[in-house]
Amino acid sequence: MENKRIGGHYSHRYDAELEEIVNRALAMGGLVESQLSSALRAFIEGDAERAEAVIENDTRVNTFEVTIDERCVEIFARRQPAAMDLRLIVAVIKTITDLERIGDLAESIARMAQRQAEGERLRKQTFRDIETMGNRVTRMLEEALDAFARMDAAAAVEVVRQDFAIDRDHEAIIRQNVTYMMEDPRNISRMLDVTHATRALERAGDHVRNMCEYTIYLVKGRDVRHIDLSEMEAIVNAGESRGTDEKES
Amino acid sequence: MLTETRMNQSNSTATGMGTGLFEGTNRQIRSLAHEDIAMTVENLDLYYGETQALKSVSLKIPRQRVTAFIGPSGCGKSTLLRCFNRMNDLVESCHIEGAINLHDVNIYRRDTDVAELRRRVGMVFQKPNPFPKSIYENVAYGLRLQGVKNRRVLDEVVEQSIKAVGLWDEVKDRLRSNAFGLSGGQQQRLVIARAIAIEPEVILLDEPTSALDPISTAKIEELIEELKQRYTILIVTHNMQQAARVSDYTAYMYLGEVVEHADTMDLFTNPGQKATEDYITGRYG
Repeated sequence: MENKRIGGHYSHRYDAELEEIVNRALAMGGLVESQLSSALRAFIEGDAERAEAVIENDTRVNTFEVTIDERCVEIFARRQPAAMDLRLIVAVIKTITDLERIGDLAESIARMAQRQAEGERLRKQTFRDIETMGNRVTRMLEEALDAFARMDAAAAVEVVRQDFAIDRDHEAIIRQNVTYMMEDPRNISRMLDVTHATRALERAGDHVRNMCEYTIYLVKGRDVRHIDLSEMEAIVNAGESRGTDEKES
Repeated sequence: MLTETRMNQSNSTATGMGTGLFEGTNRQIRSLAHEDIAMTVENLDLYYGETQALKSVSLKIPRQRVTAFIGPSGCGKSTLLRCFNRMNDLVESCHIEGAINLHDVNIYRRDTDVAELRRRVGMVFQKPNPFPKSIYENVAYGLRLQGVKNRRVLDEVVEQSIKAVGLWDEVKDRLRSNAFGLSGGQQQRLVIARAIAIEPEVILLDEPTSALDPISTAKIEELIEELKQRYTILIVTHNMQQAARVSDYTAYMYLGEVVEHADTMDLFTNPGQKATEDYITGRYG
């Protein structure tokens, strides 16, 4: 990856180290993205083999997390990063934590997929909405990683906005599931898995939102957690210049 | 006391920290607009012969805070520091325009008593420069110059000053021996004791630790934290981590100008100017 905002240090080695952690975080993101979509397909299609592969792959996700963390600590110790560099490393450390969590959620969806694969299939329409929701989350994750890679705060806000749609999907599916369960109590235990999978997707959406907040922090230097969307937009759209303090007073 | 002052910074440019759990304990970004100002620099131009070393510098120096000056070699930070107690008067070719005010009085006024100014604005240099006298006499020197003869007063001030720099236990048994027998770090602390013995208001530190080992450096940094409870401190340092550690405000200078002057933590995590960012992260300007 070539990123002008990372490069340009007097020490080329430092440039390389920063690029390396960013690239590894993006590679980890790619893996988690495929884990999530794979788990989802396994769940919808009742594909036990695919589910098994997702479960096995989760250790790779964990390894990514541990090694990237190690590298970040090394850079802290060696380089005493400041400003954008400091924010970049903090953003990476936090991003990979959320990625790892999404990985865990994919794994738990895969375990539920294995149970779905046993016994009789549920009605197809049960899965239609969860598929739509899952695709939305996967796309969000992809766009969040893209915003991070391009260090694009505006794009990150766009992704955050989509999280509201996820929350709406989640509520709708839960309501529908309750109806299905009442219609056919024999399926309650498997419908519960559907409910849990929906819940996992909703949680994954929240983690993606967190990742976007770190990207905004990285680019804008402002902590945008726990504030509403309009405030977040105001921060992202605000000009960056702050001269000397003198000028303000 | 520190927490108090921090919490009193009710204003903040960094909102976005919503209400909640840690309300009131969030570290707010300091703003000079809400500080008690000890010294102000107004449109200061300084020339060494034909060369302009400082270009229209305007700054406010907050009272009982540490203000650090950082910037590449030759940016004018040491020159600026020396302006605060008119040390540049000693440089033949130096010519100054503009004003520096201490208590609203321009220190560059013709009728300024420069010796009195330097009592109020003390200075410590890069290389420790104790006088070739005993430890005791080094610290008592300023008071003797002021005509203090009372033995008890001298003893007391010497002890208090040496204690204030954390050197007392190391030297109390050899106050009469020559100050050159002390280590570099001890000498530097002794020189600071000498500076504070005459109760200055402002202390100028010109790279005070660049000749010291890491432990002595840490001791001086600790000391700066203590001293700011009573004095206004200005420090020039090549060590950016040191500026980040010890100062409340940092001014980044480049080619004789102040590029950015802001809350230290803010400047080091989220600088407002690209030039500052490039300098503190070690990039090509």
